[in-house]
Amino acid sequence: MEFLITSLLNGILYGLLLFMLSSGLTLIFGMMGVLNFAHASFYMIGAYVAYQTSTMIGFWPALIIPLFMVGFLGAIVERYGLRWVHQHGHMAELLFTFGLSYLIYELVQIIWGRLPVDYRIPETLDFTLFTVFTTTFHTYRAFMMLVAIIMFIGLYLLIKKTRVGMIIQAALSNPVMVGELGHNVPRIFTSVFAIGCAMAGLAGVISGNLFTTEPGMADRLGLIVFVVVIVGGLGSLTGALIASILIGLITNFAASIDYSFGDLLFYLGIGSSSEGILGVKVSQTAEVLPFLFMVLILIFRPKGLMGTRET
Amino acid sequence: MRQFILRNSVWIIMAVIMAIFPPFLRSNVALSMLSQMGIAVIFALSYNILLGQCGLLSFGHAVFFGLGAYFTIHALRLVNNGQLSIPTPLLPLVGAFVCLLLGILIGLISTRRAGATFALITLGINELIASSALMFYDFFGSEMGVSAMREPWLCFTFGSQLEVYYLIVFWVFICTILMYAFSGTPLGRISNAVRDNPERTEFIGYNPVRVRALSVMVSGFFAGLAGGLYALNWELVTYENVGIMQSAFVLFMVFIGGVGYFFGPILGAVVVTFLTFYLSAFTEAWLFYLGAFFAIMVLFAPSGLAGVLMLHKPVWQARLLGRLIPSYIIALIPCLVMMTSGIGIVEIFYRWSSTGYADSVMTVSGMTFDAAGLVPWAIVLSSLLVGSYFFTKSLSKVKKSWDSVSMEVKSSAAQNDSSN
Repeated sequence: MEFLITSLLNGILYGLLLFMLSSGLTLIFGMMGVLNFAHASFYMIGAYVAYQTSTMIGFWPALIIPLFMVGFLGAIVERYGLRWVHQHGHMAELLFTFGLSYLIYELVQIIWGRLPVDYRIPETLDFTLFTVFTTTFHTYRAFMMLVAIIMFIGLYLLIKKTRVGMIIQAALSNPVMVGELGHNVPRIFTSVFAIGCAMAGLAGVISGNLFTTEPGMADRLGLIVFVVVIVGGLGSLTGALIASILIGLITNFAASIDYSFGDLLFYLGIGSSSEGILGVKVSQTAEVLPFLFMVLILIFRPKGLMGTRET
Repeated sequence: MRQFILRNSVWIIMAVIMAIFPPFLRSNVALSMLSQMGIAVIFALSYNILLGQCGLLSFGHAVFFGLGAYFTIHALRLVNNGQLSIPTPLLPLVGAFVCLLLGILIGLISTRRAGATFALITLGINELIASSALMFYDFFGSEMGVSAMREPWLCFTFGSQLEVYYLIVFWVFICTILMYAFSGTPLGRISNAVRDNPERTEFIGYNPVRVRALSVMVSGFFAGLAGGLYALNWELVTYENVGIMQSAFVLFMVFIGGVGYFFGPILGAVVVTFLTFYLSAFTEAWLFYLGAFFAIMVLFAPSGLAGVLMLHKPVWQARLLGRLIPSYIIALIPCLVMMTSGIGIVEIFYRWSSTGYADSVMTVSGMTFDAAGLVPWAIVLSSLLVGSYFFTKSLSKVKKSWDSVSMEVKSSAAQNDSSN
């Protein structure tokens, strides 16, 4: 029971974090068709900038400042990078973001070094909220969940209920038509890109201190975020939410199951060996499962869970 | 006979250069670099069968390379133990054929659509294999990797790097010719058609999915062979060879070289291997420079080095290249200033951040200065500004002379047409 509840809580937390990252990505991907490889890099920049600002002026301003900085950076990348390579086609855009993610990775190492930086949880949130049997649940985790949920609600209302959201939705399905109606589509693209990056930055700000802030952090999440977008369906926020939580739960549950497939067979009385492929523990496969999931989805249901069109 | 030599002059020149190069080299480092270049050439060419010829952007080519290397090294281990007898020079074929089979599998599941779908499926597969490498120690070895010893064959002991180099050259030569020949086969041609317009290809009776799958197979074969050569060259294969980084590297090589021409990837492999070898000896920030090089190519020269070279071919044929060179030289000077100051910024920054304030005094070619001080920063930043200002100015000069030259090339071409 304890195992179930803690895995559930951690899975949901991880899922919400994934959602914060992937919500921007799914909008960008759905609207511009750009597979933004640098998206997780903005998450990393968010964490590092938050570390820098929190050491200088404290945590609470650090919650806001990186948001604007990363958003601004995203707008610049879209305006002067992506729009420039757009003339060479989608392949060039993809390669550009790929090169950018690589450059940001190296740049972060140059600026902040290869080792993790000491980005701390603020003292006001550094206490135990409640205890499940023997496992403690930290207040900061609850705070993270709260931020993620507020962000989802805000984003959902923005997209579904406001006029701007309507234009974004329209541009998602038919950018040319929206342009014909007199809206400045390139500007919508730039702002969506900036908002998406800012949300990724926010994810970095609030999770960089719970996990570690180090140059490899973008790489570790960068690919999983694609899994979320593909599984959830392009441009679908609800799909991204479901897929994030699903993947968060799958990886967390798998990571805590310390049995192998061979053990199951042994339990059922079929086999007795626990070597080779049968000896691999489920917990070891936790990192692979999302990718297996993505490959299967791409092969059998290219639309994703909630998507309306194919990748 | 004479005609044969003339027609195949490129290949003969290539073979002669590769064969007579090593005795001129004094150091072993250069020889081992040349060996790696050879492997990189095969790997890059195999990648271009996908990217350049079939329009498939793969993020998982290291799967073929790495597994080819692993299977070859395991075959070599079996040979070491006397359980198998394959002559050492033919061992890379083990990796190649395994990857051919693997290519059938991957080709079948990944090629329904090109573009982002293919890129993501290959990325997913790469991640699957890379993570498995850390799970199945029996096959992939632990962090130490799998190692074996090269066996002697006939009069070759394969004990020296020189003999290994010639073995690699032999395979590079054969593979390059085979891949060039492949680009001219009906399959190679129709894969170009699939790249340009899959729908039309379907209308003339070809199945684009099958063409793509076959391309993946062929490409996998050669990538596996390159991996096999890698295993023979190093006698050691680690899990990094199946990693995403390796896939990124081959993409860098091919794109920097140029995807549009057959010799592009060769150029890219040579240039990038050279850069990694010499840059990594000079600076710790070499990966950054490599990435910056790639990003600049994507932004300003998406046809790669080969594309830039081939742009000058008509000018060369019209014997007008001399008119371009002055403006190039004028542009080169501020460009060099810009590059030097850019490199200066990166290096000073690197020094400053990696050591903190404690040991920020650095020495560059005899000059000693404090990386945390204001003066070096002021110098590099101002020279960057000045350099970029003059560079943008000189660009308009280049454009002017380029316009006039290309005008003349066009008019002379038109004259030739009318006189014919």
